[in-house]
Amino acid sequence: MKRMTVPEKLGVNKYELDEGNPHIEVHEEVCRAECPDLACLYVCPANVYSEQNGRIQADWAGCLECGTCQVACPTEALHWVFPRGGFGIIYREG
Amino acid sequence: MTEEKFDAIVVGAGVAGSASALRMAQKGLQVVLIERGPYPGSKNLSGGVLYGRVLQELIPNYWEEAPVERCITNQVVSFMTAGASFNIDFKNQAFNQPPYNAFTVLRAKFDRWLAEKAEEAGAMLVPGIKVERVLKDSSGRVIGVSAGGEEILADVVIAADGATSFLAQEAGLRGRIPTRHVATGVKQVIGLPREVIEERFHLTGDEGAAYTIVGYATRGVAGGGFLYTNRESLSVGLVMRLDDLVRTRSRSGEIMEDFLASPAIAPFIRGGKLLEYGAHLVPEGGVDMMPQLFTGGMLVVGDAAGLGINSGFVIRGMDLAIGSAIAAADTVVEAKARGDFSAQSLSAYQEKLEQSFVMKDMRTYRRAPHFMENERLYKTYPELLARIMTEIYDQDAQGKEHLLPTIMKSLKACNVSLLDLARDAVEGVRAL
Repeated sequence: MKRMTVPEKLGVNKYELDEGNPHIEVHEEVCRAECPDLACLYVCPANVYSEQNGRIQADWAGCLECGTCQVACPTEALHWVFPRGGFGIIYREG
Repeated sequence: MTEEKFDAIVVGAGVAGSASALRMAQKGLQVVLIERGPYPGSKNLSGGVLYGRVLQELIPNYWEEAPVERCITNQVVSFMTAGASFNIDFKNQAFNQPPYNAFTVLRAKFDRWLAEKAEEAGAMLVPGIKVERVLKDSSGRVIGVSAGGEEILADVVIAADGATSFLAQEAGLRGRIPTRHVATGVKQVIGLPREVIEERFHLTGDEGAAYTIVGYATRGVAGGGFLYTNRESLSVGLVMRLDDLVRTRSRSGEIMEDFLASPAIAPFIRGGKLLEYGAHLVPEGGVDMMPQLFTGGMLVVGDAAGLGINSGFVIRGMDLAIGSAIAAADTVVEAKARGDFSAQSLSAYQEKLEQSFVMKDMRTYRRAPHFMENERLYKTYPELLARIMTEIYDQDAQGKEHLLPTIMKSLKACNVSLLDLARDAVEGVRAL
């Protein structure tokens, strides 16, 4: 099989996007002040988190809802809840 | 919905939730089963081998109607290095006879079916609604949930909301989950024609193969890989302990790509088409990570209760989920007969669980999480095995040595003392 990037893989999945209602919020100032390793930037299997212009962004639309980031985050910077009922990733295989 | 009071609310229509709803409905209770996904299974992901014997108790001969994929007859453990792999390959036709030891399942299909069974038995399924929080009375007893802006009341709430269980946390049954107690599971489902799968894995008909892979699969991160056959697809993935992912600053997505491209895996998936990419947390802390399992008006089951076993050979969760569901459901049925849903009354759940295979197995494998922390397991031993096997097969026209000096030299090259080896062997046997 040809190598695929994470965004290419996410493109195969089915999502019901809850436009305008992000289920992830990053409190940047807490990351800057308290977080030693910014684990969210690399542990997330969906590469939801990235650093843009020196700020941590959450591209929440591709979230697989595994919860890895929430357990890995050592601070209170991450406000992570499940999307509203019926929204988010919809596994067809599972 | 607000006027009515149910006997039980089950939060989460995964295997644990639907199994407990089914059991309670079978015994005549009024049960509502709430699922945040648009249909049961839409949020759920497993490797997924189901060791389904326990399901017999709920649905006799379940395999005749359940959407199971293949019956696992071939079990392979593979120790992998960058270029080599050493396999223990076990095939037993006895596994292909009722009551069947294990099947591969795809949760989006399997969970949907199991929830339908609960509905047929009389449970009310409410999909597409997220439970926001638990409701408590002034004494702190759980009396229901708030979901989709409505309050739903019941004598008992069963938290079957998965590894991240916010409900157990909110009810004060557990604190924050430490990274060492969970692993991140990453999985791809890769479509291939069934004849191709049967040829590549030497399978006849609906026989199936389950590979667990240790070593370079995870590039040395504590954990392992898996490769399972479905009817017309393969489930391929990695389970990596989160503390080690964080410590090594590893990108799970990249490790996955390297794993798929490795010589041990690439030939199996060649020509396949990616059908889905998913991830899920796996409880791996064993008995030590289990939350308190009950409080007044509430019970915790399945992944939410931290029920998972990884022995290196087998990875289990769904069977423990069903076992805990049966124990919880029976506890609720008895509590209803007594008219007492206090913590004291519901503590019978803990006793039932202790008497069942669930806690027996959790205790049998209680040392497994510690044993699995041993770095030599992921890094050194696969290298050692590959080195010894290479020495045995490599005819380099330099004059061969006997096996014993070959082994001793390999141990030295891999920096393993005989004492390490003996200690790990003893610990391994005790842990597993």
